Amino acid sequence: MSEMSPTATPERAAGLPAQSPPVDPAETAAAAAKSDAPGRLSWWRGDGGEGAKRNLGLLATLVVLVVIGILTRPDLYGNASWVWGNTLTILKLASVVGVVTVGMTFVIIGGGIDLSVGAIVALAGVWSTTVATQSYGAGGMIFSALTVGLAVGLVNGLLISYGRLVPFIATLAMLVAARGLAAEISDKQTQVSTNATINGIASTELLGIPLLVYILAAVVVAGWVLLNRTTFGRRTVAVGGNPEAARLAGINVRRHTLLLYALSGLCCGIAAIMLTAQATSAQAAMANLYELDAIAAAIIGGTLLSGGRGTIIGSLLGVVIFSTITNLFAINNVSIEAQNMVKGGIIVAAVLVQQVQFRSLTQFLGRNRATTT
Amino acid sequence: MTQHSRDLSRRRLLFGGAALSAGVVLAGCTSNETAPTAAQTKAAAAGGNADPGKRVTIGFSAPAADHGWIAAITNNAKAQAGAYSDVEFKSVEAGADAAAQRAALSTLISQKPDVIVLLPHDGKELNAFGLEAMKAGIPVVNLDRAFPDARAYRLQIKGDNYGMGVAAATYIVEQLKAKGVSNPVIGEIPGIDSLELTQERSKGFADTLAANGLKVANRRPAEFTADSGQQAATGLFQALPKIDALWNHDDDQGIGVLAAVNQANRKEFFMVGGAGSKKAMEDIQADNTVLKATVTYSPSMASSAISLARLIGQGKGMSDLVELQVPKEIVLASETITKENAGNYLKLGF
Repeated sequence: MSEMSPTATPERAAGLPAQSPPVDPAETAAAAAKSDAPGRLSWWRGDGGEGAKRNLGLLATLVVLVVIGILTRPDLYGNASWVWGNTLTILKLASVVGVVTVGMTFVIIGGGIDLSVGAIVALAGVWSTTVATQSYGAGGMIFSALTVGLAVGLVNGLLISYGRLVPFIATLAMLVAARGLAAEISDKQTQVSTNATINGIASTELLGIPLLVYILAAVVVAGWVLLNRTTFGRRTVAVGGNPEAARLAGINVRRHTLLLYALSGLCCGIAAIMLTAQATSAQAAMANLYELDAIAAAIIGGTLLSGGRGTIIGSLLGVVIFSTITNLFAINNVSIEAQNMVKGGIIVAAVLVQQVQFRSLTQFLGRNRATTT
Repeated sequence: MTQHSRDLSRRRLLFGGAALSAGVVLAGCTSNETAPTAAQTKAAAAGGNADPGKRVTIGFSAPAADHGWIAAITNNAKAQAGAYSDVEFKSVEAGADAAAQRAALSTLISQKPDVIVLLPHDGKELNAFGLEAMKAGIPVVNLDRAFPDARAYRLQIKGDNYGMGVAAATYIVEQLKAKGVSNPVIGEIPGIDSLELTQERSKGFADTLAANGLKVANRRPAEFTADSGQQAATGLFQALPKIDALWNHDDDQGIGVLAAVNQANRKEFFMVGGAGSKKAMEDIQADNTVLKATVTYSPSMASSAISLARLIGQGKGMSDLVELQVPKEIVLASETITKENAGNYLKLGF
């Protein structure tokens, strides 16, 4: 996001810097961007352990969901091989949205939003399954999906960072345009993938674990390393936390924003291949509302919608929780409507918890300052 | 498409992939255009009603949905209109929702066509438009999604959603009886659950099963897309470790359901599809998947709608009937396609 960011700046300007007047915001961002000293990094790495605590909370939620499953369907949960298979199924169903969510987490931490992810998955999927692309085989299909995802992400990034469009508007426009182009390319037909290698991605297992789960794991690990162990990650947090400070600290905010959307697009390209393999086909309406699933997962995972804070592990847990709820409702034959209401409730609860924590943190800091000065 | 131009488009697709701007150009080269088969339209046969008569302008509107069935509706209507020398076809796309379709249709009215054929997003939402057009003296042929108000249409031609459910259940009951299965586990994967057509299909299915003392064990709706079908089916398989029969409402969605069947390696049941896509019929004919039958809901109804709209415009009746005018309502029967008769229906697949 540019320095004119409408969402990130007011929050931060009125928030953290104001609570700790001795620390100059620019200095903080500079420290975040340049220093490798562990002591000075603690603030960006997750609010002094609060991220870890939140992840424990998410894990506890997962355990509760599993317990509900055990109580409601003891017949199924009594069968060990079913339980193992079910766990893998939950992860498999989480894998596509999970990959998209990793990209989304970066964008949101960086102070932006990407509403076009579902449409990018559809466009990349449809493009890679057209007759012409399929004739190049699995390699051509994977290459085109990744290229299309990356290209659309770059267009988003250019519009936002250099065109100075608000991310919400730019990616909303892309949502509409990419689905339109996908419908055009596919002639509104479901494009069946006849490539055995691609389709095999969904049913291949290594050491009893589906390939899709390995792909998700690889993307999550790469995302974690990128966010927590590289300059790129530090800059992402700095840019999302306070773009103006990041700019003063010498970070090329525009270029960085561009890269964040490109990264999100690339994740969508990967997801497109995974989803095409699962459905053995692609169509313009595929990956419907994945943008909302990804944003919801990132937020219940503790990513601050105004930017500057978030963890990859939290986002992963968010996706798995949603996937587990879907599974729980399926095995109990409960309607999709009820499931959506519960999901909505969980999102509200997660954000409420976030706000309460934020408020108590503010009060705590305020009190602290009052006693020390 | 010639071999040369296809090679060219392939190369451009691969190397030009990064440039989105090339997309629109490429769309034309790479899309898998599916022309309606000759059988889905009816060529003007010699004699009687098909003889060229008074010139008729037919306005047409169908939603721009990303679904094979809707695409086939539009293609069929266009092709059928093209088969008559005395029909001028004016098509407007309906856009994304009822409001957009209303806007598109008002431009159609201003062009004063003789008849309007439309597939509304939702019959209830476009009922008022039907009334308006009829009041303006333009007969309205409603395709598939009924108007609740009888004054809003001259002719309603639609598929039988309730009958689809009945046909699917009837086939399933017969098969289960023939196999001697007691207490069968029956699964159902409908499409978008909030649509009236989905509810009618499910009701027909449930009613017929109930009449035979059976019920649906688990029901996971999808969204008429292959990827949602795959996910719904995967969920269903977790819930039901053993299934005897499964009805999936839509064959496009069924591509994903069959993928889920393979991925979960579940072969213990048989499946019935819906709508009658070409791929589904080929699978049924080949008999190498769990898909053993599909119940029709054919987009050929769009071709019939154009033929009848033309007759309405010319003031003619249907020559096989005694009536001098086209009837007010036509409901197609939902037929059951199995391995035995798939050959006959293949030409109607979309």
